[in-house]
Amino acid sequence: MDARFINAFLDGTLNVLKTMAFVEPNSGKPYIKRDGLANGDVSGIIGFTGAVTGSMALSFSEKSILKIVSNMLGEEIKEINADIKDAVGEITNIISGAARKELELIGINVLAAIPTVVSGKGHSITHVLGGPSIIIPFEIEEGPFVVDICINRMEQKAK
Amino acid sequence: MDINKNMKILLVDDFATMRKVIKNLLKQAGYNNISEAEDGAEALKALKSEKMDFIISDWNMPNMTGLELLKAVRADSGLKGLPFLMVTAEGLQENVVAAVRAGVSNYIVKPFTADVLNEKIEKIIAKM
Repeated sequence: MDARFINAFLDGTLNVLKTMAFVEPNSGKPYIKRDGLANGDVSGIIGFTGAVTGSMALSFSEKSILKIVSNMLGEEIKEINADIKDAVGEITNIISGAARKELELIGINVLAAIPTVVSGKGHSITHVLGGPSIIIPFEIEEGPFVVDICINRMEQKAK
Repeated sequence: MDINKNMKILLVDDFATMRKVIKNLLKQAGYNNISEAEDGAEALKALKSEKMDFIISDWNMPNMTGLELLKAVRADSGLKGLPFLMVTAEGLQENVVAAVRAGVSNYIVKPFTADVLNEKIEKIIAKM
């Protein structure tokens, strides 16, 4: 996968969560995932078209998403409920938008669909393209989460 | 120019969490008179049935998008003068251009802070 795409999602994730949830995650080394199992307990999934085709999932551990959404809303949320699932969808949407904006600046135009949310321990993530995906791991004090990307080869659009 | 903090704001977003976040930010800035709608269609219905002073809308929504709502508002003789702030994750240039062409008052790309939201609202009001 083109490193520019990984960087766009890395930057988008860090910026969005810092601005909206006041957390500063640590990021780890990206790696390949070959199965369809989600890394976390609740995931937002969004499809892409345009210069790339594929999908991205944001998969959060329960503790990490409870902290993030509690910070966003200014109230403590103690379990994965409708507010949490709703927030995961919106966070996925906003991070997708931030990443796509960064890609647009280098001539790569990507459109996104409306995200869906899946939850439950052991849930699976089915990417549009199937096959292995790239994981960008993140961690906050309360727990880990990942960006899980599966896209086709990128085509650079001339400016 | 004095801003009327009691102006009635219609907040439109299909994500309830985002409505809560923006509502909290508006309250931090002193705006407490806030109505909500889940999509553009619901918003248009609300606009036609009660007086609103300001619209804050997302873009990607089912039933009627924020852009479609904006066009509907600008096409309605009773609503066309309403200030309309688009607050959206869609920051691509073509989206901004489309919104400007449709008559948006201003545009914020998520994520944003309370200061940015307040600044944009004040800029819109100052131009009125």
